[in-house]
Amino acid sequence: MSVETFHLNGVALTADPAGILFWPERSLLVVSDLHLEKGSSYAVRGVHLPPYDTAETLKRLALLVSAYAPERVICLGDNFHDLGGPGRMSESDRNALAALVAGRDWCWVTGNHDPDLPEDLPGRNSLEETVGALTFRHESNRNGIGEISGHFHPSARVKTRQRHLSGRCFAHNGQRLIMPAFGTLTGGLSVRDPAIGAVLGRSFEILFLGPRRLYRFPSKAVA
Amino acid sequence: MPDAAATSPIATPNLPQSFRDWFDEKGWHPHPHQIEMLDAARQGRHALLIAPTGGGKTLAGFLPSLIELAEAPHEGLHTLYISPLKALAVDIHRNLLLPIEEMDLPITAETRTGDTSQSKKQRQRGTPPNILLTTPESLALLLSYTDAQKIFGRLRTIVVDELHALAPNKRGELLALGLARLARLAPDARRVGLSATVAYPEALEAYLSPTGRAGQSDVARVTGGGAAAAEVKIMIGRGHFPWSGHMGTYAVEDIYEQICGAETTLVFVNTRAQAEILFQALWRVNEQNLPIALHHGSLSAEQRRKVEAVMAKGGLRAVVATSSLDLGIDWAAVDLVIQVGAPKGSSRLLQRIGRANHRLDQPSRAILIPANRFEVLECQAAIDAVKEMTLDGDLPSDGALDVLAQHILGTACAGPFHPDRLYQEVRTAAPYADLPREDFDAVLRFVTDGGYALRTYDRFRRLRPTSEGLLSVVNERVARAYRMNVGTIVEAVTLKVRMRRGRFLGEIEEYFVQGLTPGDTFLFAGQLLTFEGVRETVVEVSPGGDGEPEVPAYMGGRLPFTTHLSDRVRVMLEDDRDWPALPAPVEDWLRMQQWRSVMPKRDRLLVEIFPRSGKFYLVAYCFAGRNAHQTLGMLLTRRMERAGLDPLGFVASDYVIAVWGLEEPRREDVEALFDQDMLGDDLEEWMAESTLLKRTFRNVAVIAGLIERKLPGHEKTGRQVTFSADLIYDVLRSHEPDHVLLKATRADAARGLTDIRRLADLLVQVQGKIDVRALDRVSPLAVPILLEIGKEQVYGGAVDSLLEEAEAELVAEATGGNMQAQLPI
Repeated sequence: MSVETFHLNGVALTADPAGILFWPERSLLVVSDLHLEKGSSYAVRGVHLPPYDTAETLKRLALLVSAYAPERVICLGDNFHDLGGPGRMSESDRNALAALVAGRDWCWVTGNHDPDLPEDLPGRNSLEETVGALTFRHESNRNGIGEISGHFHPSARVKTRQRHLSGRCFAHNGQRLIMPAFGTLTGGLSVRDPAIGAVLGRSFEILFLGPRRLYRFPSKAVA
Repeated sequence: MPDAAATSPIATPNLPQSFRDWFDEKGWHPHPHQIEMLDAARQGRHALLIAPTGGGKTLAGFLPSLIELAEAPHEGLHTLYISPLKALAVDIHRNLLLPIEEMDLPITAETRTGDTSQSKKQRQRGTPPNILLTTPESLALLLSYTDAQKIFGRLRTIVVDELHALAPNKRGELLALGLARLARLAPDARRVGLSATVAYPEALEAYLSPTGRAGQSDVARVTGGGAAAAEVKIMIGRGHFPWSGHMGTYAVEDIYEQICGAETTLVFVNTRAQAEILFQALWRVNEQNLPIALHHGSLSAEQRRKVEAVMAKGGLRAVVATSSLDLGIDWAAVDLVIQVGAPKGSSRLLQRIGRANHRLDQPSRAILIPANRFEVLECQAAIDAVKEMTLDGDLPSDGALDVLAQHILGTACAGPFHPDRLYQEVRTAAPYADLPREDFDAVLRFVTDGGYALRTYDRFRRLRPTSEGLLSVVNERVARAYRMNVGTIVEAVTLKVRMRRGRFLGEIEEYFVQGLTPGDTFLFAGQLLTFEGVRETVVEVSPGGDGEPEVPAYMGGRLPFTTHLSDRVRVMLEDDRDWPALPAPVEDWLRMQQWRSVMPKRDRLLVEIFPRSGKFYLVAYCFAGRNAHQTLGMLLTRRMERAGLDPLGFVASDYVIAVWGLEEPRREDVEALFDQDMLGDDLEEWMAESTLLKRTFRNVAVIAGLIERKLPGHEKTGRQVTFSADLIYDVLRSHEPDHVLLKATRADAARGLTDIRRLADLLVQVQGKIDVRALDRVSPLAVPILLEIGKEQVYGGAVDSLLEEAEAELVAEATGGNMQAQLPI
């Protein structure tokens, strides 16, 4: 695994191919769109998606938290797939989450899927966070500067010699960055979608999450 | 439907006078098999009619019902007719109304398909017609209603048309389960199967038998009169005869000449892309402006119906068609069938040449046009097979578990059921005759709560136990969801194609659309189109354009050739006595191979190794079909990687596989490379990560009801997709690799796209029988496959290296570098 360093609003950030950002200067880790308990939210309606997504998401996040040992973690909203999510969480997942949160400043930025997080959830809630030159919010306000947001689940299709490869990506234009979704069962939205264009403009850069590292492409080169 | 049989009158004691008069009026005589079918009905036996196309098969199926209904009017549904195609049901219905009206019979007959209006469907459930013509999917839907008993209780006869086309696949499995259900609802209903000539009639007998097994002597087998032998010949065009390629356009002048010389010609091709390309080529040489049309499964239904109607009226001189015209509709006027490209199987060839001259007393005339040298051998093998009537075809395999899941949920929608009794019932369907109870239980658990080892979904069950120990759906929402998703046809996601501010032309796969940028041109619906963009879920195009057009490809469009033809081709290669009968370029080619290398032996595997422009090629003459070869290629490259042979890629055809790399494989490496143990861990590992398995999983998950199918017009735009089957597959594989859906996925992959069984047979057969030839240059027999490199998809190369290449290409354009420093905080 090798990481990529780039600048957003003058801030040097490290992008990890696992789909998180790390800000070394502030010991701050950013992750977005965990969509915990997505599987069970479908199960409520009789669509029995595998019930392992929360455990899997937390396990992957725990690996990164232990690798970067951040003092501060910001989860950029849509932390749970729906309002009932926290209530459906299993005992062991609850414990795993508590262990992650313990000993660091853990900030849940709230998103459209989970506007209200329960009081007893470890960590603190926030509508948006500003740290130094960067602002963290769930959905971009389209003109923020130094803004890191989530919500759209950007994905890209890269044309290679043999075939198209699809996958999650970071997308940024130097001023605003959209995080890839981290949740295990979360799908993607093409970076060519007008909704993403409305945030980043016509020309921006994507960092495509490859198996071992990130790949940089101009937005025009992907579909 | 009824056809004019010119045979001499036969004894017809079973035929009532009114029917005899009707036949007389038409100047027709009943076929012997029509009378035999009548006998079977009088004896109350199930019946399997095997007859070539055009043998008056459908009338033979309906005649007993018409007579019964004429003799004793029946309240409610008497006969259920099931066809694999909506269009066929509609067509048969039209033909069925003729005798009913002309004899003034007191019989009601109606169709019920996806196109039937809601109000009519509602009415049919209350007051069913005497004869209902429908499809397997519509039947499954009807069976899921709580009034199924009322609808089907008085049913006397079930006719399954084109049984050979249904039985070996998932649609047939769903239908078999539906028939088992019907046997519960209407125990007296007789089953009638109508089939083309097949290799395995016993399997169809088992399918029809309410015991689910063959050899119970409860099914009468009736064989229709054989058609006059077909006149089939191979023709290679006068142009340069190609070494490779599959389109056959080199012979377009010759094809056109044949069309000019015939009244009406059906030009069959193997893929939709080939249809588009050949159609274009024909129109380029169509100096006389003959009416030549195009017909394939992606064209809009409206356009297809139009072609069929004009064709039926004799208004066309030729139709370029894919298998979309293989089934059904009779074309009395066709006097020539041209097959361009190899026929891939003898049964398929027989079916296609049967499309010409639907008269039993006249031979069909057919011409095969091979598109390359190997195809000449395959064409010859198919002709020999048809002559000897040795047929091939898929033997129905064990019923799929995803289909069973769908059926169990459907059954629950109709009313509470007892698991033990349903298990017994399911086992009377032939595909599930040997279903172990534990598999049934695993599927039942999946239907109930997802069937996960982690039992967290107890609260969210779809089925709940009733006080009588039965299982019942928890609410109407579950039933609604089932009815939205019924059926086993999972198409690739397609988008409609529309002329700007104009009409719809048909549908192309989303996959193809994603590779297009506005201004690109492509061939579709017989025209050159310019891609304008995607609006909502519609592909907008304008006519014309510049540049080399692309041609939409379709997943799974190409069938591998059958084992049967493969065996014949191998015999032809080994035995040079028949070579002089082959076209001269082909004979020369084979002689050259004899001289430069050796011929592949029938029961051995020839492997050639030779250097070429700095690389080493390994070419294996396996003749196991594309799918098996592609699987083999993946496995071989893995092994070569481990052996330090630095493989770079491989390409597979129906006949041959070629792998190339940087290091020269030694003679002794080859035995090890082809060791049969590669079907163990290597296969497991490859299957697990292959995209093919993910695609298979998606289909399984949709059929089983885990993922709801995308309904046209319901796709979300401007938002992230809800979830993808790939992600579910990954999480399931890492947490519960033995889940019943993964089991179903592996079974599907093994029997379908990867042809594992065929590969296994091959590897077992060649152990210790590999002939390795180290050559100093490419051999004549290897030339075609080497030419495929660059045309065909070449495999190999890890995701990372592919991405690296793509990135490097774009690095100069990348906007990344200069946009960072200048922004003030």
